[in-house]
Amino acid sequence: MLELKDITYVVKGKTILSGLSCSIASGEVHALLGTNGTGKSTLAYLVMGCEGYRPASGEILFEGQIINGLKLHERASIGITMAWQEPVRFEGITVRDYLTLKHKEADPSHYLEMVGLSPELYLNRMVDKCLSGGERKRIELASVLALHPKLAILDEPDSGIDMLSTQDIIHVINLFKQNSSAVLLITHREEIALIADKASQICRGEIVCSGSPREVAEYYKSRKCLVCEGEVCNE
Amino acid sequence: MSELNDLMKAYGEAGGDKDILENNEIAHLVASGHKLLSMKSVEGLEIDAKETLTGISAEVTVKEGIKIKNPIHLCFGVLHKKGTQKIRMDVRLEKESYAHFIAHCIFPKAEKVRHLMDAVVEIGEGAEMKYAETHYHGSYGGIEVVPKSVVKIGRNGRYFSEFTLIDGRVGTLDIDYAVDAGENAVTELTAKVFGHASDDIKITEKVVLAGDNARGLIKTRVALEDEATAEVTGITEGNAAGARGHVDCMEIVKDRAVAKAIPIVNVTNPLAKVTHEAAIGSVDKRQMETLMAHGLTPEEAVDVIVRGVLT
Repeated sequence: MLELKDITYVVKGKTILSGLSCSIASGEVHALLGTNGTGKSTLAYLVMGCEGYRPASGEILFEGQIINGLKLHERASIGITMAWQEPVRFEGITVRDYLTLKHKEADPSHYLEMVGLSPELYLNRMVDKCLSGGERKRIELASVLALHPKLAILDEPDSGIDMLSTQDIIHVINLFKQNSSAVLLITHREEIALIADKASQICRGEIVCSGSPREVAEYYKSRKCLVCEGEVCNE
Repeated sequence: MSELNDLMKAYGEAGGDKDILENNEIAHLVASGHKLLSMKSVEGLEIDAKETLTGISAEVTVKEGIKIKNPIHLCFGVLHKKGTQKIRMDVRLEKESYAHFIAHCIFPKAEKVRHLMDAVVEIGEGAEMKYAETHYHGSYGGIEVVPKSVVKIGRNGRYFSEFTLIDGRVGTLDIDYAVDAGENAVTELTAKVFGHASDDIKITEKVVLAGDNARGLIKTRVALEDEATAEVTGITEGNAAGARGHVDCMEIVKDRAVAKAIPIVNVTNPLAKVTHEAAIGSVDKRQMETLMAHGLTPEEAVDVIVRGVLT
């Protein structure tokens, strides 16, 4: 479904991703492991097509089509979406409206219940700064579930001050699986990666290890990365 | 009656509930230009309104201890392309009373219309007044709106005001509100305006926290596009012990629009605290990206963000 071929991304003369290749099959949950600053989120923004994130070289293919030239909303329209690491707040938009932004006919209560939030308590609340970090993250995940994407990029759903528990993440990933959505799960915690079908480790903008989640998690945990020789991965 | 029908038709088209005129439990005052078209009171509410050469003069009193159950509807407008309407309102809420006013100001065909509002409001001890004013100006932009109000809130009194002009053109708007809050009084002034084309917006709101433990919030939300301009001044003075005030101004600009925000805080009592925040900028990039990742086009995303801010 998603294939990254030899992706290089450079910003202000600094190479952030270097010849990165990776693929995710339809319905597959693929964990991308790495410590802070290794290029995980950059890769997510490149796949999503955020402004300013275009590869210097390499191809991004989605369902066999090169999508390098597609804008963010055009990528969303073909089934790619993303839950940001720190979801933004919106003044004056209720949770009900937020969950039905694109699909007006969707039942927002259903998706709130999926992420463990009570519709009675949350549907009419604003998606603003009154929500805690954890509440906002759950609502973001509910909104992504409501889109029924072909590919959901989840950027560190387990990080932040008010992080979701491993059990929460496993539950949400299972919901995406039930939806037949593929997931690119970005994380720096090996125990989270274990719930994926496949995993890769990224370091200094390169994939250094790819395979079964257990193998990659063990490799990641051992901090034996040959690219940085432990300098980055041991942080 | 035909002018009343025309005004109520425009009122209905602007989102108002036309049936309020027929409901004996709902007080109202309806005026077109300088013609007083309809008026109804309810128990505990006195309305003394009369026509003047250029508008309407009204004295409204809510008697002591009376809580008016249903909102009091005020409907003012000029249905012609040209004209002037001056409204003079003296509103008094006696001790421990309550009233909620909903004002609709409708100028659907305005090409050269002036609407001047001059209000003096007195909130008695322990009384509470809510005032929501919504404008509809049509698409021509040929209107000048100058609402002025001076509000004095007594001990333990509460005053909440919300001015909304987000549909149609603004024209020229010059709001000047001043509130004096006594001991333990609470006030919130909210203004939401969406300017287009050559609309010119000036909003000045002042809260003086004169009594101990008085609290005040000035919240302004302005969105501008095309060549519209706005200058927003929010002034809060903390002059008494325990007074707490905040000025919160957000302006979103698009195209060639120009916005200016001037938050002024002035504290004369060391036990008072007044804060402010002002933000002017284009639509937030992260918000845009989040909405576009949900499948909205850039235009749809901007619309959702702007409407959200103005809601």
